[in-house]
Amino acid sequence: MSTLTVAKALGAGLRRAMTDDDRVVVMGEDVGRLGGVYRVTDGLQAEFGPRRVLDTPLAESGIIGTAVGLAYRGYRPVCEIQFDGFVFVAFDQILSQLAKMHARTGGKVRLPITIRIPVGGGIGAAEHHSESPEALFAHTAGLRVVSVANPQDAYTVLRQAVACDDPVIFFEPKRRYHLKGEVDLDPVDPLPMDRARVVREGHDVTLVTWGGLVGTALDAAVAASDDGVSVEVIDLRSLSPIDHDTVAASVRKTGRVVVTHEAPRQAGLGAEIAATVTDRCFEYLEAAPVRVTGHGMPYPPAKLEGHYLPDLDRILDGVDRVLGRVETFVPAPVPDAAAPGGAPGSPGATRTVEAVAR
Amino acid sequence: MPSEPAVRTGPTAATPPKAQNGHRAATPRDARADRKNVAHDVRKDVREDGRADARTDVPRQDPGDGASTPTLRVLTEDGTRLPDPDLDRWLADLDPAALDDDAREAARTTLLRLFEDMVVARRIDAEATALQRQGELALWPPLLGQEAAQVGSARALRDDDFVFSSYREHAVARVRGAELVDLVRVWRGVAVSGWDPYAIGMASPQVIIGAQTLHATGWAMGVQNDVDAGRVDASAGLPVGVAYLGDGAMSQGDVNEAFVFASTYRSPVVFFCQNNQWAISEPVALQSRVPLAERARGFGMPGVRVDGNDVLAVLAVTRAALDRARHDGGPTLIEAVTYRMGPHTTADDPKRYRDAAEVEEWTGRDPLARFEAYLRSVGVLDDAGAARVQGVADAAAAELRAGCVALTDPPPLSLFEHVYAEPHHALERERAEYAHYLESFGDGEDGDDGAGGPGAAGDRAASGAATSVTGVAR
Repeated sequence: MSTLTVAKALGAGLRRAMTDDDRVVVMGEDVGRLGGVYRVTDGLQAEFGPRRVLDTPLAESGIIGTAVGLAYRGYRPVCEIQFDGFVFVAFDQILSQLAKMHARTGGKVRLPITIRIPVGGGIGAAEHHSESPEALFAHTAGLRVVSVANPQDAYTVLRQAVACDDPVIFFEPKRRYHLKGEVDLDPVDPLPMDRARVVREGHDVTLVTWGGLVGTALDAAVAASDDGVSVEVIDLRSLSPIDHDTVAASVRKTGRVVVTHEAPRQAGLGAEIAATVTDRCFEYLEAAPVRVTGHGMPYPPAKLEGHYLPDLDRILDGVDRVLGRVETFVPAPVPDAAAPGGAPGSPGATRTVEAVAR
Repeated sequence: MPSEPAVRTGPTAATPPKAQNGHRAATPRDARADRKNVAHDVRKDVREDGRADARTDVPRQDPGDGASTPTLRVLTEDGTRLPDPDLDRWLADLDPAALDDDAREAARTTLLRLFEDMVVARRIDAEATALQRQGELALWPPLLGQEAAQVGSARALRDDDFVFSSYREHAVARVRGAELVDLVRVWRGVAVSGWDPYAIGMASPQVIIGAQTLHATGWAMGVQNDVDAGRVDASAGLPVGVAYLGDGAMSQGDVNEAFVFASTYRSPVVFFCQNNQWAISEPVALQSRVPLAERARGFGMPGVRVDGNDVLAVLAVTRAALDRARHDGGPTLIEAVTYRMGPHTTADDPKRYRDAAEVEEWTGRDPLARFEAYLRSVGVLDDAGAARVQGVADAAAAELRAGCVALTDPPPLSLFEHVYAEPHHALERERAEYAHYLESFGDGEDGDDGAGGPGAAGDRAASGAATSVTGVAR
């Protein structure tokens, strides 16, 4: 056992993967001499040389596209995208090439590429440095998507990702890079990469989350227990495929589910989880699933991110809503633009009050 | 009295033009007019620069017309062999007049093979076009006119080189060893790729314009790693990644990123650009103000402009570029100046955007006629030889047709195969759901690919169907 930060655990995982297999190459902007802007690759270039730890030109599509070619030749590239907001430049290579190559070649070409992406907000960064694009990748068949929340997973899941013959989008929550924890460097029979983990057991409410919000959710569970509510917290870990079995088993026990994530609500993974829970656990549900998410907008300036990101209070509010302790706010219906003065019979804003009171 | 037809009152009343040739026509006629003006201006500017309009300038361009990159050739349009001090050394094995008996016979064989490759390419291209017209293929991108560029370059490659092509390189694929039927699987809609890339050293064709240039570069970077790891013997000359791209691709970001990576890492890669003058309806003048080969200099690699309808010149420049890459010389950009004689694809109508006179002019530069004239002039080909080659081509066309029409639709559950390399529990669940649904029809066929367990067909499937009806009625 070693005590490592998430960032150090990731570096240790990469070092072990590179030692075990000389086909593993690390590539990205600033990953060599600098060791990456978060120092995850610190020391790797000195140890493995400039051809296995490549400082690349500043071209994200080029990083992923050349990784595809390297994998064609039998390599297992681990690409670092410097910040979440920069991955969109490489979107075509990821969606059109990386995700589809195995299918379009009838299984002949495997692209075991891991794309590490520092993700999410909460560090007061400038724009394009705090995005949560997980749904875009989870929606793309052919990719696996994982998100780690602690040093042990950082180390273990990264090694699993590198060893996986499918392309893996590997999200690292920036605000947890410095989180310390015990890491078993030779774990026996680790949890498979595509399985969720119940990180705190409870029997009143299931709280599902991943990445940077796992710690916040655990804090919320402690606060809720002070209030007499027992919250079970699930770290989803794998965002594609989603381990719906673990979530469903929990919801069958608690009858209530709250999903919280940083990304905007619409078409986010919270919708996927809520829909699947409804599908599989309908007869067990005591209340409609509740989502606590970021808002539908570009990520705000740093001074406002506290209003954007779900925090302990907003998560507790979600828990209260699913317990029926507070009413869910129901906004007024959208007026019918075609009819002057709104839709006939539309009571307008007054109905909101009724709905809330209901 | 019928009312007057609705009178348009302004641009907003115009019917939005239908998107054509893959282009968005977002707003009505303003946008369309703007684009036309842009195209017009570009061409005009190019002319004012002293370069002929891109519609007519190539391959006659010479250093005197303002281009710093000459267009290399060793065969004139009537098949006369021109000496060229730079290229001749790459063609020394192919000069029947200058070789001893054994070498002369080898030269004749090689020359005839080049000719046969080109004739077969043209013949199977025509056959595939006909198959499309007859409804056997959904689409076909013809290569007519580009036979010399493809055959000349592909015949320069070694088996351990690896090709990353676009979607028009049928002749390259055949030279690499693709089965004829493999050329049409995709276009018939029964597969998303035709062949095993590792079996013939050629990746599945790429439709996203230019994306493959990065793959070729990455593959070549892998060769360099292999040298470091002792997996490749550099003294034998490195295997080379070869990217085929078109003139339109030269505008893509990926292509420019590939040039940066390849040049920076000095990777063994050759970029072979077939400038066929048109990217669907966009003339090359819309893509570049300078000859495409001149772009190379800015990336720190050589750029070579070659007459793409001269198979010997193409062979020579490709051999030279490969040799450079094999011996740590890094990447080269080759611009093969050629012409797409037919449409972009069988869905395209080139008469809408290019002049008949232009096509006529290029017809006079036919790559096959030129090479045939040369071969006859040096005694390598006669009427009997030409007839033999035509027989080979006809047989290939018949084989292609028979293979095409014999292709059957894959079983429904093959949908779910190969999406992932390792088991994926979410997809397996979806597959099981769909297999169950198919079984509900009870004909025992749809699920019968060994995956869904067709044993449940019959009574249970019938009752499943009944349940569905109940479910709908509920």
